[in-house]
Amino acid sequence: MKQRDPDLLLFHAPLLRQGMTTPKAMRDVLLALAPATLASMWFFGLSAVLILASCIGGAVAAEWLFADRQARAESLRDASGILTGLLLGLTLPPGLPLWMAFLGGFVGIALGKVIWGGLGQNLFNPALLGRAFLLATFPIAMTTWVPAVTDGGFLQVYPGNLALPFMQVQIDAMSSATPLGLMKFEQEVTPLANLMFGKTTGSLGETSGLLLLLGGVFLWLRRDLDWRIPVSILLTVVVFSAILGLFDADRFPTPLFSVFSGGLLLGAIYMATDPVTSPVTPKGAWIFGIGTGVLVMLIRVFGGLPEGVMYAILLMNAATPLIDRYTQPRVFGRGGDS
Amino acid sequence: MRAFRRLRRNFEHGVHPAHFKDQTADLPIQRVPFGKDYVMPLGQHIGVPAQAVVAAGERVTRGQLIAEPGGFVSTGLHSPVTGRVREIGDFRGVDGRFAPAIAIEADAFATQQVDARDRIDWEALSLEEFIKAVQMAGIVGMGGAAFPAHVKLSVPDGITIRHLLINGAECEPYLTTDHRLMLERPEALLEGAEIMRQKLGAEETVIGIEANKPDAIEIVQQHIAPGDPVRIVPLKVKYPQGAEKMMIKSVFDVEVPAGQLPRDVGVNVNNVGTIVAIADYFLRGMPLIERVVTVAGPGVTYPANLIVPLGTPVRDVVKFCGGLKPGTREMIMGGPMMGRPIASLDVPILKGCSGVLVFTEAETARRKEYPCISCGRCLEACPYFLNPSRLARLSKARMFDEMKAYNVFDCVECGCCTFACPSNIPIVQLIRTAKDDLAHRKEPDA
Repeated sequence: MKQRDPDLLLFHAPLLRQGMTTPKAMRDVLLALAPATLASMWFFGLSAVLILASCIGGAVAAEWLFADRQARAESLRDASGILTGLLLGLTLPPGLPLWMAFLGGFVGIALGKVIWGGLGQNLFNPALLGRAFLLATFPIAMTTWVPAVTDGGFLQVYPGNLALPFMQVQIDAMSSATPLGLMKFEQEVTPLANLMFGKTTGSLGETSGLLLLLGGVFLWLRRDLDWRIPVSILLTVVVFSAILGLFDADRFPTPLFSVFSGGLLLGAIYMATDPVTSPVTPKGAWIFGIGTGVLVMLIRVFGGLPEGVMYAILLMNAATPLIDRYTQPRVFGRGGDS
Repeated sequence: MRAFRRLRRNFEHGVHPAHFKDQTADLPIQRVPFGKDYVMPLGQHIGVPAQAVVAAGERVTRGQLIAEPGGFVSTGLHSPVTGRVREIGDFRGVDGRFAPAIAIEADAFATQQVDARDRIDWEALSLEEFIKAVQMAGIVGMGGAAFPAHVKLSVPDGITIRHLLINGAECEPYLTTDHRLMLERPEALLEGAEIMRQKLGAEETVIGIEANKPDAIEIVQQHIAPGDPVRIVPLKVKYPQGAEKMMIKSVFDVEVPAGQLPRDVGVNVNNVGTIVAIADYFLRGMPLIERVVTVAGPGVTYPANLIVPLGTPVRDVVKFCGGLKPGTREMIMGGPMMGRPIASLDVPILKGCSGVLVFTEAETARRKEYPCISCGRCLEACPYFLNPSRLARLSKARMFDEMKAYNVFDCVECGCCTFACPSNIPIVQLIRTAKDDLAHRKEPDA
């Protein structure tokens, strides 16, 4: 019984793998965002669904359009486009016209990712780049905030959502200010419980701090994020606010208010930790986090805008290659401290 | 922070692959029957190939010297069987390339018993004579690297070896040869250790064993007489605990400086199999002509721990284990993390071959490679604290010279980065490409 030898492959060791893959890591982040996403739908009804869908649609459309013809199906498989769209959507005001949301997602991917060479090559966080584009282009629509749905139920849609492209945007009659805006311009403090559980005005994903933290813990348990970044951002913000409080407790926000208001948790846990645009070295992660925290507080307290998370992260994104270069880890057996 | 780390007795970073040792951990070592054809490559150790001292057609006996060392970093070779030298020429090696080897045809009517030889009076040997004896006995590091054992024994002036460290970590998945040796031949291990310790003039022998082998720890401990300068250190189960510099860090909390050797921190590291080979030679007159090999993996019918004469074709070993299952896709000599792919079933078992592993579709399926997203998992895996992500990017861009600034030559190719990479980037392969290119471009700094 002469048996033919099998055709042996010569794949080089290691043949074993950890089992985590990049698409799985992306799906983990989507999963971690699910509670906050569902909460946004609970608070803002059908409008939230429509805005998120528009952003994801825009992001995926750009991804698909600019991919090689052969690689089109593949380009969508890693779920990174969907994630960018979702993240962008969660930073937008609930009353934003849908076509703007779509455009934001499209530009975020096109200018934030595709022109850099695709996944892994970009310098700036694509979702935040899309948001910066929208804020620069449609400043009024991007800063018109509507309160969460009080009555009218899930199916109620904010009138602003349905505005047609390039038509005059109706300033919403129901508009109100975000906790940070109230703090900055009216010196009015929103109760902490409201910030944690989501009973505030704000963008879709930033109203419920606790659910965002929950997703962060999930990602940390799955080893999908570098814990140093959110921890250092939040610690910096807390310390910065505490120091400001020493000077004038009435004028400046309390540390807890600073942490739970605005987009800080969303930015610190889900955007600053984007592995592509944050330092890869442990020491670099600390520098990145501290820098982001300081910039957030500088913009919020001294700048002209009530919120500064987006610009803080984008600025630190720009510094990332430099940080990486100068924080290479200490090599085993080469002295010095790690 | 430093003091806290010291308490943990471990090296930092590393990865945790599944062990897969259940297949063979409880199977006693058994002997493979003798076959017909044997091929002994002259260069199966690191260093200069050995030089044949027999001619084609000559009759050789089992254990007879057939090649002598070709230089200092080289060892002797002995015939694994009694028979006739069929040919001295080029034969296919593990990697598929042809290399000089001695082919021996076993005598079907010989008993294949090693002539009983006298115990060597090792205590009377001077250090030089002892080193020469180890070299002639053909003993090399049996853990996989096959670095001649005697080279480590020749310590330059000014260096004192204080500890003999015996490596029983066996951190590679699947492999159980050291585990079985410790269970079945603890006396030989301790005898060999004592010979080495005395010849090195070391104060004590330390045996490092991963904590997933409690039975081995227990049995070896039982054989240590009270007052013997031997102690066992159980080690955390983590890959690559068996890399010698990592084990020194775990046991003594000392980092061997980059570019230096364990001896520079007063430690001599030897694998369990090497120490047993020392005992077999000096106490029983048996040169290195066979070794223990684990045959395992999802593609082998009857996994086993076997004593295999060197030079036995992989084909005979696999046949003894019931053959390959249908769907076999790849075979590895050594462990799944650092072993070498086997190019053909006709390649021989070598001195450094601790395992023959057979893999099927599931382990070898082509994994789609994604772009690097700088997630940093490779940095957290690398036990040498290198930046594999950066090294891989530079290698892809063929910027090999720039890689030297990122300490590419400190990489020991343990594969942790590649194991950890979620984007399936062949990081260690890219690093090897660069090291190979740099090494061949100009003379490496000696």
